[in-house]
This record gives sequence, structure tokens and C-alpha cells, in this order.
Amino acid sequence: MATVTSDNRGLRLAVRYLVLILVGLIFLFPLVFMVVSSLKPDQQLLADTSSIRAFLPVGDISLDNYVKAFERAPIGRFMLNSVFVTVVTVGASIVLCSLAAFSFVFLEWKGRNVLLTVIVATLIIPFETIAVPLLLFVSKLPWIGLDGLEIGWLNTYRVQIIPWMVDALTIFLFVQFFKDLPGELIEAARVEGASWFLIYRKIVMPLSGPVVATAAILKSLTMYNNQYLWPLIVVQDEAHRPVMVGLGYFFQLQIAWGEVMAYLTLISVPVIAFYLVLQRAFISSIASTGVKG
Amino acid sequence: MSSKLTRSNRAGWLFALPGFSLLFLFIIVPFFFAFWLSLTNQRLVSPNQAEFVGLQNYSNLLGLAVVTLEPERDDAGEIVRDDDGEIEYPRVRTITRNKEFPQYRGMGEWFRWQWGDTAKVVIASDVLFMKALVNTLAFALFIVPVQGGGALLLALLINQKLRGINVFRTVYFMPVVISIVVISLLWRFIYSGNDGLLNNILEVLTFGAFTPIDWLGRTDTALGSIIAMSAWQGMGFHMVIWLAGLQAISPTLYEAAAIEGASKWQTFRYITWPGLRNTAVLVLIVITMQSFAVFAQVDVMTNGGPLDSTQTLVFQTVERGYGKQDISGGATISVILFLMVLTISAIQGYLTRERK
Repeated sequence: MATVTSDNRGLRLAVRYLVLILVGLIFLFPLVFMVVSSLKPDQQLLADTSSIRAFLPVGDISLDNYVKAFERAPIGRFMLNSVFVTVVTVGASIVLCSLAAFSFVFLEWKGRNVLLTVIVATLIIPFETIAVPLLLFVSKLPWIGLDGLEIGWLNTYRVQIIPWMVDALTIFLFVQFFKDLPGELIEAARVEGASWFLIYRKIVMPLSGPVVATAAILKSLTMYNNQYLWPLIVVQDEAHRPVMVGLGYFFQLQIAWGEVMAYLTLISVPVIAFYLVLQRAFISSIASTGVKG
Repeated sequence: MSSKLTRSNRAGWLFALPGFSLLFLFIIVPFFFAFWLSLTNQRLVSPNQAEFVGLQNYSNLLGLAVVTLEPERDDAGEIVRDDDGEIEYPRVRTITRNKEFPQYRGMGEWFRWQWGDTAKVVIASDVLFMKALVNTLAFALFIVPVQGGGALLLALLINQKLRGINVFRTVYFMPVVISIVVISLLWRFIYSGNDGLLNNILEVLTFGAFTPIDWLGRTDTALGSIIAMSAWQGMGFHMVIWLAGLQAISPTLYEAAAIEGASKWQTFRYITWPGLRNTAVLVLIVITMQSFAVFAQVDVMTNGGPLDSTQTLVFQTVERGYGKQDISGGATISVILFLMVLTISAIQGYLTRERK
């Protein structure tokens, strides 16, 4: 009798794992297919889709598609653009949003509540509903650069960076985090005569590692992965185009799928690698956007 | 709280101002600008000054009417039928171009149905907008149960105490960290009609009984295919939110249920599900909001086609505001979209209100 139950247990466990694995395959198969296909010549890639070979790096394997993809489009330039825009925006976002959050949590000033209410209210405005008016707005904005005054922000880095530097969610994340910091620390520093900026820089920010990580991960994903609509309408020149818009180079009448897969792999693998290394932080960042309610 | 607040107007403003002014300039200003633009005939590049046109843009989008077509009759007064035996009707343009009916001017047929001998035709000022609106609503309606429900199942699956469970969580979440643009292009290949991966997999699984379908090329499958792919991509995201909800339910409740001898289903029905109420509302709202904003999938996969069957509101906003440089037209759709979002979040507020 006892052996029967333990057999049952083993079987049940096996079934559980089988379900987990089958579900896992549903989420993994397109990604495996993408990476594997990027290594195959077009003809073989198409032929292999009818068998399990679609998911195996077998046959005529090479990096030819990558070489050809680099010849077709200035991929290096696109990647540089995306990385530059992402890094600058993330850096600025952390500084500006944490400063604002600091003043909302630790300082009392006229207009503080009104401003905080207005910021929280902007949480409900999806970017998609302001893209068109913003397009007209930035096309008329002035800028003082090295060549003096110019009108219009189209086809620049700044149009991809500055509008994205501050958002309500990031401010909100910092506010939540700062509220839980021990207030005595700040009071003690104040008694010692430390300036507000010194307190921000030397006490609050060094304690804020977790929230900075969360904010940086969320913003990086927005800037690198999800920037498509905005650069599509404000950046027409190759010199400033980010990777996701650069995909347009591969839409031809006859799509060279091997090259497409190579490009897709190239621009996704860095993010996947980051994710695999920092998965705990990634997943808890996403969860923290959910608990705002 | 108030004890650590120190009155400091200068420092307060100084710290908040840089961030707030950017938010003001690039979110709040364009937001109100959209309302203003929707009342004008502003274009992106135009030699003429924009003029105030009142609610013209709204009536151009939202105009709807039902007209009745009487069947064609021959000289004897008999109803004329075509070769298939279907009743013949006059063309809709005999009404929309008729000087006797100025109110129907410029409208086009959206859809029709038969009513006795007559045909009822719904005509719209902007048929394309109506299609985009209906597709957007259909997108939300179908993706909410598929993505939300699927994510809940994933969360329950991941919430087991098993060795190596985190590996599975990592895998299920993986599509979330890949750009929707990349995913869309990848699935364009998976969905393709000849040599498409999905067709081939289905053929193998059904031992050849399945006939290949051009998933994105048919009006009856294109939108559904985009919905399925979008649900697949974001499921891991909502799984994490459900998981946080699951783990917030007190273990003592489960212990009590076990002592009472509750079945698995009873435990879920009376403990887990009520405990997930606020999470459920949150997931529902987030998915709805995301589906109102659908753009990249459509732009990469179908461009709104075939025959406008995958047009969405945001796609139309961009096509008009940017593609046709019709800023006021795009802004008007933006405002309508915002009002939809506002309605949804009012519903959220109502559903999650504090109960006394």
C-alpha cells in the first residue's frame, strides 16, 4: 500500500513538471526559432520550418546573415543611437525624479500638494494620446545650440531624450521609497547644519539603491525596447534613428528572413542577457508598477 | 510625518522645479493642446493660419445614420432579383449624393442588414474611424479574458513549491523583456501562409489534417492573430502581478480551509479568488489600457489591412496626424481615445473604492 502512494506521488510530480515544461515551450519556441534561424541560409530556413529542425542549429550553419545584415543597414549606428538615448534619458530621469520626490517627501513648501496632485493626475494620460500634438509642438520649439538659435527639434537626439526624462511613475516610485526611509537620519543631519542638497546627495541617495535599480530597469526597457511610435514620427534621418525603427530597412518585397532574424537576435540578445543576470530585479520592478493602486 | 517636514519654500521649489517643468512642457501642455487642436483645422506644415472650426472634426468622425433602401421594382411593380435570387437595391450613393438629403452628404456605407423587403444601411461620416473604433474595442474585449485568465493560470502554476520553479518563472516572463516590435516581426514569419511555422506545427500536430491558413492575410483571422500574439507576449507581465496578489493572501486562511476539509476548487473559489479581487481589477484595467494603445503590432504586421480589418484608433491617429499631416484630425481621435481611457479609470475607481 505504501509503495502505491509513493508511486502515485512520483507520477503526480512528473505530471506537474511535464505541464510546466510544455507551457515553457510555448513561451520559448519563437525565441529559439529566432536565434537558430539567424544562423541558416534562407533556403534552408524555409525548408526547416516543416520539421523539428526549425529549432535546431543543424545543417549549413554560419554567421553569413549577420554579415549581410550589417551590409544592408547601418546597424552599428542604430545601436549606438539607441544606447546613447537610453543611457542619457535613464541618468537624467533618476536625478530629476529623485530630486522632485525628495522635495515632496522631506520639504514643506507652498504649492507642494497642488504640484503632487497634478503629477499623479498625469499618470492616466497615455503617451499615444499626446503624440500628435507633441509632434506639432516639438516641430516649432526653439533650441540654442552651437550654431546659434534654431527652430524645430525634428531629427535630433534631444527630441528622443528630453520629453522622456520625467514621468509620473518614476517620481511616484521614489516618493514611495523615500517615505519609508528613517526620518530621524534627515533630522539629525539638519541639526548638524547640513544643506538639503548635501542630505539628498550624501544620505538619501546612497540608501536608495533598490529604487534606483527599479527605476533604471523600467526606464531602460521603455527607452530601448518600446520606443517605436515616437521616433517613427520625429526622426526621419538615418543618423539619429534607433534600432527598433531601423527594422524598416528589412521590409522589402522579398523579405530576407535570415537577415531579419539576425537583426532581431542582435538587438534582443543584450536585453535578454541583462534580464537573465538581473532577473530578480527585473521581475520585482514590474511587480512594483502593479502595486501602485 | 509632519515632524520631519521642514518649511523651506526656496529649496522645495528648487528641487521640484526642473522635473516638474519638463513634465509640464511635454505632457501637460500637449495634453491640453490636443483639445484645442481638435477644434481647429491645423495641419503639420501649412502656409495658412489654422482656423477655429468648432466641433466640425468631431461630427466628421462620429456622424452616423441609418437609411432604408426600398427594393428596385420593375415596371410591373415586381421586386427585381439578381441571378442568385437576392433582392436588388439602389446604390447607397443615390442617397448620400442626393441634393434632397444634405444631412447624408459625404457619408459612406459601414454595414447593412435585411429588414423584410427593405435593406437597412448604417452610413457613417468616417467609416474607417468606425472600423478602427470597433477593432480597438474588440481587441480589448478579447484580450482581457485570454491574457488575464492565461496569466492567472500561469501564476497558479508558478505558485507551487517545487524544486527549480524559478527557472519556469524566468522562462514565462522572457517575452516581456523583448520589444513588441521584434516580437511582431518574428510572428509575422510564424503566421505566414506558406512555410509559416504555425501552419507547419498545426499540420504535424493534426497529422496533416490541417489546411494552412494565411493568418495575417485574411479579414477573419488577422485581428485575432494579432490579439493572440499580444496576449502571448504580455502574459508573463500579468503573471507577476497576479503572483504578488496570490502571495499577499494570508496562509492562515488556507490552513483553516484545510482543517475544514475544503476541496481544491472550494479553496480557490472561497479563499483565493476573493483575496485577488483588487488584483483582478488592476489586471483588467491595465490590459484594457494597453489594448487601447495598440500600434506597433499593427504597423509592423499588417499596416491596418487586409481591408482595414486590423485598423486601430492609435494607428489612425498616427496615419492622419503624421502620415497625412492632418494634425487636427489626429488630435480629435486622441481626445476621443483619452475620454475612453478616462471612463475606464473611473470604472476602476468605482470597483476598488473603499467599502464601509
